[in-house]
Amino acid sequence: MKANYGYMDGSGEYFITIDTDLCIDCDHHGCVDACPEKLFEIITDDYDDEVSAIKEDHRKKIKYDCAACKPAGDRPPLPCAEACTPGAITHSW
Amino acid sequence: MTEVKVKEFWRWKEYNWHDENKDWKGAETITAGVDVGSVSSQVVIMVDGELYAYSNMRTGSDSPDSARNAMNWALEDTGMALDDIHYIVGTGYGRVNVPFANRAITEIACHARGGNYMYGPSVRTILDMGGQDCKAIRCDERGKVTNFLMNDKCAAGTGRGMEVFADLLAVSIEDVGDLSLDVEEEPEPVSSTCVVFAKSEATSLLREGWSKKKVLAAYCSAMAHRVVSLLDRIGVEEDFAITGGIAKNSGVIKRLEGELKINSLKSKHDTQIAGALGGALFAKSLAEKQRKKGA
Repeated sequence: MKANYGYMDGSGEYFITIDTDLCIDCDHHGCVDACPEKLFEIITDDYDDEVSAIKEDHRKKIKYDCAACKPAGDRPPLPCAEACTPGAITHSW
Repeated sequence: MTEVKVKEFWRWKEYNWHDENKDWKGAETITAGVDVGSVSSQVVIMVDGELYAYSNMRTGSDSPDSARNAMNWALEDTGMALDDIHYIVGTGYGRVNVPFANRAITEIACHARGGNYMYGPSVRTILDMGGQDCKAIRCDERGKVTNFLMNDKCAAGTGRGMEVFADLLAVSIEDVGDLSLDVEEEPEPVSSTCVVFAKSEATSLLREGWSKKKVLAAYCSAMAHRVVSLLDRIGVEEDFAITGGIAKNSGVIKRLEGELKINSLKSKHDTQIAGALGGALFAKSLAEKQRKKGA
């Protein structure tokens, strides 16, 4: 399942997509510790699978929470995407 | 002093229903789904996997009370009591506040499962246009979610936005859709990014002499446009179905179908009960799982 966490408003679309079909097989969930803002958590989803998700209280402000990892100009690799060995995490902006 | 009674144009009809021809007493599994949404609450009761009763009412300021009221109304005149139900799933915004639920499941999973029951296994894309959010869901032939996206940051493209317009124009919420289609020429949509901006834009248009129908057409068109951009992100695969209260608004649906160039599936069931229906179906699977474990 592709779970899109975030929102769209007049300024653009801000979604972090987690492909839970890939996430399901990960045994270390590096994203949880890699994110400096601690956006990620491990949940048991509706189908009883343990997967990574964006915490509820961050979902409506991820544009701002992720801002530190997305400087203008040269953009370094995103810590969450880099730590995700199955390649399950993508950002829409 | 004379009290002025203000008519609430946004207020939609609340109702309950049960199948009088069905005898639930000999049933093996009775389950229920309780969908406590931000604007409306529904309860669906299923007897051996078949729809038996449901209720649909406005959510109050207290989620547990709303859940209890909706459940009591669904049970009304059935002879069934809460204790007769084997497994209950809570869903919607207030899912964790359903005091008698055995488990809480997200409305995304429940809408996919409910949509699969209502529209059949061929449905691949479900758009739930709810009271205060909009969910675009892709699912497989079993009603399992494969991709989803929810926008609940603002009221644009939601039922609450439509209620604001019904009140502003003093038009019954149930007439909005048909009236909006009764225009000679389709106007430019109003702001689709914010209900507050759309409302002030509509007020200006009324002052310019636009008819109510034309303003409604402009808002329904904006709403359809807004939702299409949400659907574009996950991609629309046929068959396509719409659930939630806005699915009853022909003005939005016709314009949405026009933009997507796809006709949405129709169901004999009420589109507002999809989430609770999905909850009741999940409850059936969970009750059977629990029974197997106990055996």
